[in-house]
Amino acid sequence: MRVLLFGRLSDVAGWRERSLDPAPASLAALKALLAAEDGALGAALASPGVQAAVDKVIVRGGAALVAGSEVAFLPPMSGG
Amino acid sequence: MIRLTTESFDPGAELTAFCAGRSESGAVTSFVGIARGDAGATTALELEAYPGFTEVEIGRMVAAAMARFSLHDALVVHRHGAIGPGEPIVMVATAAAHRREAFEACDYLMDYLKSRAPFWKKEHGPGGARWVEPTPRDLDDLARWD
Repeated sequence: MRVLLFGRLSDVAGWRERSLDPAPASLAALKALLAAEDGALGAALASPGVQAAVDKVIVRGGAALVAGSEVAFLPPMSGG
Repeated sequence: MIRLTTESFDPGAELTAFCAGRSESGAVTSFVGIARGDAGATTALELEAYPGFTEVEIGRMVAAAMARFSLHDALVVHRHGAIGPGEPIVMVATAAAHRREAFEACDYLMDYLKSRAPFWKKEHGPGGARWVEPTPRDLDDLARWD
């Protein structure tokens, strides 16, 4: 599976994209794994306004992941 | 039509093309957002998009505006990548039968783009770089449409 970080999240983590094999079973498990590796990223992912998209669809609450999933973590957005 | 681009664009040419051939839309409104230099405090903006997601989300905003304001057509052009002071970042144009709907739809779309479009914006300046998030004013502007 692929994990993508946007905005300030990629600055905190020092990476923008990575592959994870095998894929954690759920979004919650993925967040726990990332937080265990990097406490600062874990805190940033848990901060207000950070959303997750699985396969380019925003998910609220839990989501199951599979080998080909693409998970993106999205901090507060600002266009214009 | 929705277009993301890493290249600068010509708002006048976009507006001319958007107006061409309209015989039923009595009103076209447009807005152009330009990168501010803030008297030297901002030397560049960097906008990050999520290709394949950003366009779809903007498409939802445009579809909602089309229905809500009975638009005939809408255009959104949005830059991503590096943008210098004075360059256009975003352009919205709306076409409707009458002016009120065209004005309001343009205002609505800009409020949504400001706070809900999947872009992440970094301001670079002499003092370093910072991520820009929607301001309380932006969120109040958006709440007007609830």
